[in-house]
Amino acid sequence: MDMVPAIARWAHFLAGITWIGLLYYFNFVQAPAMKDATADGTAAGISKHVAPRALLWFRWAAVLTWLAGAALLGANFVPAFTLQAGLAGIGVGAWLGTIMLFNVWVLIWPNQKKILGIVSATDDEKGKARRIAFLASRTNTMLSIPMLFFMANGMTHKALIGL
Amino acid sequence: MKNPLDSILGTIISGFVLTLVLYFVVKNFILAGV
Repeated sequence: MDMVPAIARWAHFLAGITWIGLLYYFNFVQAPAMKDATADGTAAGISKHVAPRALLWFRWAAVLTWLAGAALLGANFVPAFTLQAGLAGIGVGAWLGTIMLFNVWVLIWPNQKKILGIVSATDDEKGKARRIAFLASRTNTMLSIPMLFFMANGMTHKALIGL
Repeated sequence: MKNPLDSILGTIISGFVLTLVLYFVVKNFILAGV
């Protein structure tokens, strides 16, 4: 049983790097590239071959990150989420991560399915889906900054930041 | 007013501002008196 937190921490980092790495790829690389690719008629390759694969790893890495994080918190799960003294820092990080997981599965993925043609949608519905997915993805990029601050410092460096 | 999330720079700046806001809220309100 002593190995559970070590393996959970390892899995949390591996999955978290995959998740947030792909989030940054979408926001800093793919979305700006799609504008140029649409302009010169080469966007179909990204939509057909790249985006679905990236989204597959992205959404399941998000689930694994959350589950490994919950396992790592263990008995501290409820005290962290209720921001008890000594666990408020990691608790804020956990809340931000949970909101981000919600955004992935409730806002980003269902709308990306419409955009990529995995489910049928009218052009009007695709336009709305594009805006919702974009804003949810950008929101997660914004939330990742405080999330990583509180995650990185919330447990092992909490004295350093006075939480 | 333009949505800051429409630009990458606006998104990153918003993230740093939110970090500061959350830090001071947790430190001065949630953990105040603990």
